[in-house]
Amino acid sequence: MRQTWPLPGGIHPPENKSQSLQRPIAQPPLPPCLVLPLNQHIGTPSVPRVCVGETVLKGQVVADAEGMISAALHAPTSGVIKAIETRPIAHPSGGEDVCIVLESDGEERWIELAARPDYADLAPAEVLALIARAGITGMGGAGFPSATKLQPRHAIDTLIINAAECEPYITADDVLMRERAPGISVGIDILAHVLGQPETILIGIEDNKPEAASALRDALDGSRADLVEIPTRYPSGGEKQLIQILTGKEVPSGGLPADIGIVCQNVGTTHAVFEAVCKGTPLISRITTVTGGACAHAGNFEVLIGTPVEHLLQAAGYDQGICQRLIMGGPMMGFTLADTDVPVVKSTNCLLAADAKESPQNNIPQACIRCGLCAEACPANLLPQQLYWYARARDYDKLAAHNLNDCIECGACAYVCPSEIPLVQYYRAAKGEIRVMQQEKIFSDHARIRFEFHKDRMEKAEREKAAKREQRKKAAEVARSTVGNSQPAPDGTTATDEDSDVVRAALARVQANKSSTEAQLRKLERNLEALDTQLNNAQSRLTEIPESDTGPHGKAAAAIEQIRVKRARVAGELEALKNQAPETPTDTGANAEPAGQDQRAVDKAAEAIARAQQRMAEQQSMSPDDKRRHQRERLEKRLVKARQRLAQAQTDGDENLGAYADAVASLEQKLTALQNTETTAEAIASSGTDTGER
Amino acid sequence: MPLALITSPHQHAAQTTQRVMQHLLLATVPGLVALTWHFGWGTLINVALASITALGCEAAVVVLRRRPVGFYLRDCSALVTAVLLGLALPPLAPWWIPVVGSAFAIVIAKHLYGGLGYNPFNPAMVGYVVLLISFPVEMTRWLAPASILPDGASLPDLQASLQLVFPLLGNTPIDAFTMATPLDTFKHSQGLLVEQVLAENVWFTQGTWSGAGWEWVNLGFLAGGCYLLLQRVFTWHAPVAMLAGLSLMALLNYDAGSSTSGGPLDLHLLSGATMLGAFFIVTDPVTSAVSHLGRLIYGALVGVLIYIIRIWGNYPDAVAFAVLLMNFAAPFIDYYTLPRTYGHEKRGRATKMKD
Ligand code: SF4
Ligand code: SF4
Repeated sequence: MRQTWPLPGGIHPPENKSQSLQRPIAQPPLPPCLVLPLNQHIGTPSVPRVCVGETVLKGQVVADAEGMISAALHAPTSGVIKAIETRPIAHPSGGEDVCIVLESDGEERWIELAARPDYADLAPAEVLALIARAGITGMGGAGFPSATKLQPRHAIDTLIINAAECEPYITADDVLMRERAPGISVGIDILAHVLGQPETILIGIEDNKPEAASALRDALDGSRADLVEIPTRYPSGGEKQLIQILTGKEVPSGGLPADIGIVCQNVGTTHAVFEAVCKGTPLISRITTVTGGACAHAGNFEVLIGTPVEHLLQAAGYDQGICQRLIMGGPMMGFTLADTDVPVVKSTNCLLAADAKESPQNNIPQACIRCGLCAEACPANLLPQQLYWYARARDYDKLAAHNLNDCIECGACAYVCPSEIPLVQYYRAAKGEIRVMQQEKIFSDHARIRFEFHKDRMEKAEREKAAKREQRKKAAEVARSTVGNSQPAPDGTTATDEDSDVVRAALARVQANKSSTEAQLRKLERNLEALDTQLNNAQSRLTEIPESDTGPHGKAAAAIEQIRVKRARVAGELEALKNQAPETPTDTGANAEPAGQDQRAVDKAAEAIARAQQRMAEQQSMSPDDKRRHQRERLEKRLVKARQRLAQAQTDGDENLGAYADAVASLEQKLTALQNTETTAEAIASSGTDTGER
Repeated sequence: MPLALITSPHQHAAQTTQRVMQHLLLATVPGLVALTWHFGWGTLINVALASITALGCEAAVVVLRRRPVGFYLRDCSALVTAVLLGLALPPLAPWWIPVVGSAFAIVIAKHLYGGLGYNPFNPAMVGYVVLLISFPVEMTRWLAPASILPDGASLPDLQASLQLVFPLLGNTPIDAFTMATPLDTFKHSQGLLVEQVLAENVWFTQGTWSGAGWEWVNLGFLAGGCYLLLQRVFTWHAPVAMLAGLSLMALLNYDAGSSTSGGPLDLHLLSGATMLGAFFIVTDPVTSAVSHLGRLIYGALVGVLIYIIRIWGNYPDAVAFAVLLMNFAAPFIDYYTLPRTYGHEKRGRATKMKD
């Protein structure tokens, strides 16, 4: 016997499985109308591929998978598409969803099926495609698309087949194993093939199903798979729990079984894989247990997906009068249905129509006495009483610290709670609230990052501008010190300082650009030389390789070709730059793109020079008074602007505040100096007039 | 008719809070019988008075809080508090002792903190400590067990007992029956070797293992505790840890039976309120730590504290003080003793904040 590990916690509720094990799997009559929800699985809803009014054959694709995590949908029988519309679906929230409504024609005409019993000769990827095409999803309850689960990102060393079926009442897997064990055995073989023959294949089955176990054992004769009987204890069939029981390993919190090299598949899924590959049958029906005190003929049925629950219940002798709760799924994790007109979906393993005896009265919960029975029962080793406490207090930090996210919502805690507190309900609500909060946090984080990025960008631009101003100032100073007095203003005043500053700055920029163009030219020339050497080397290597040696020879030739292309480009750029910088015929230029920029900069500078010169000329033609007035106006304008900038900088807390203040001060100085000269000039003028008059 | 929408699970185990409390009450029976056998009617009267007061107070508070009375009285939690207090009080104490203690326990220690499940301190122990501090004379006046009364003397019968409890009914002197408890006796036998005390004192010459009468009372509570363990009303962690902590201290300080010895192990385990504390007080789930590790730490520290107060403190017994002190520490212990959750490498801490 293989070693197993104990399940921590867990409970042993009354099994209630015998009711539905009295009869073999039955076929309910063909329903007149089937409703196929587009989202029967975890992931993206499928996309319809049929139109209303279209006639479809049994097994024909009616909706395609969309994206990575999705599943295709097939017509469960032949008939006519009556509508594609929202219909009530079976969902814990009792919501509606888009469904394809199929009216059966009663003829059950099959589409042609492509069976591949020779799957062993196919590549795993091809088999995987067959499974994906059949629209198979996990049939144990969760409904995760199987094809996605079967292409894990990690190497898989263990395949686990989940045959535990630990929930009370449900016997769908049990009867499947009893009646169709050979198919399961082949299914396991197919899964192993797809997963690249994992080292270990384990089948976990609870020891309350001896008949199923022996049937499966017979069918497995000669197979590598190891059938392991585990103690009956809810929730040993939870994926994480079964992995722990069979391997002693734990799926890391927030991770997947594949992270520890394990893939887990339900027996029902395994059988569906067999059907899909060896017979070509897509997933259009499943085995569902219909049981409970309100069903006179409890049993297991092979139902077409999309069969209305009402239709199926009728086949089991349902008596609405005594039904207290109608549960889809098992009594521990299933959810109640408000109505019987919702359809059976791919993950519907059980319908439990409980009578009064079977449904606990909903007593008012009493206070939590912190008895700890819940913690003893929790298979995830959580402290449900603390989670409950913090969920009520909405203390999300504490909930996170107590690992609320690792709660599998198995309900074991609520089952044992003597105060009958609906613990799981609190956890679901808290999880929902946390999800919403996380969403909001992601949004606000995005907004914050965007804002900070924007602020950074603005600041950077501002800094660059300031640096440029600084540079201009420096260049002007340099220019003034060299050219400065060689161009004395004809009228002897210093008023043209600033204009000449601009001219000098422009000249300095041109100089700088020119030198950078020169640097680029030199760089390109060096590149060219280096490429030439490379080319020579490569060519000499090529001659050493015999031409018969096609591989290396080809490679070397390709390399040479690459160098040639590169060299041509560099040479072209060099040429372009030389043309654009004709004034520097000996010292050469830059590659095409920056050269253009340089050219533009040079043009701009030339324009600025022209403008400044023109202004100077105008000024020279003006009378000294006009000139002064003109100058004063301009200075005043600039002062106003500078003051505005300063004020702006003050409110913004700009780091260049000092520079702005300096600018204002120097402008003010200039203005007072100018005004002084003006008053003196006026004084002279008036005295002149006086004298003249005298 | 639309069917009911109810969240899972759709099944429930038979256990109810009421049933848990009833188990607890049942489990006190052996101890109660032993107490009555050895000390007469007093304890029964205590329990009855405390219970009536507790139920009355509980009902009154629930009415004041505008809650359904029947719903709250049915959980039997007030009864449990009252019975535990009644068991801890000295038999034949005046009637107002159980009444005041019980009222204080229910009104102040339980309901003012929010009622069942919200009280940070064990109500019975709060009641006990309030009485001990307020009425030290009445609270330390213990009776001698029937087995060691002088020849010819016997414990008061029911009528005499009632007269003692309700002095208005008549006058019977109680001093004829009172006697220091074994723990007290031992404490005041300083200067004697352990052997001498055991050989000379009537408590120990008449007793099988330690203090006559008391040992049976403790064994009675031990039996009740084992029943509760079998019924899975609580886990073994806290009581076993408490007894282990107490034993360890007793062994370490036995000092080879010298005149400064803290007393033999069996004296500590089988006298005073040791077993009542271990199985009925320390196991109070509301006021103790929650995880297994937490309960081990909590229990062990209660055991250590009991010993410290017994030997170096001023009070002859110490279960109530030790438990109340550790009630303070329980939330703190909880923070650092989270169990290791499935899929996690190590146990977390409740103080860890997510960033
Ligand atoms: S089982 Fe219920 S009453 Fe007991 S600690 Fe858990 S939540 Fe509280
Ligand atoms: S529902 Fe969550 S907290 Fe309750 S037993 Fe299951 S895993 Fe533990």
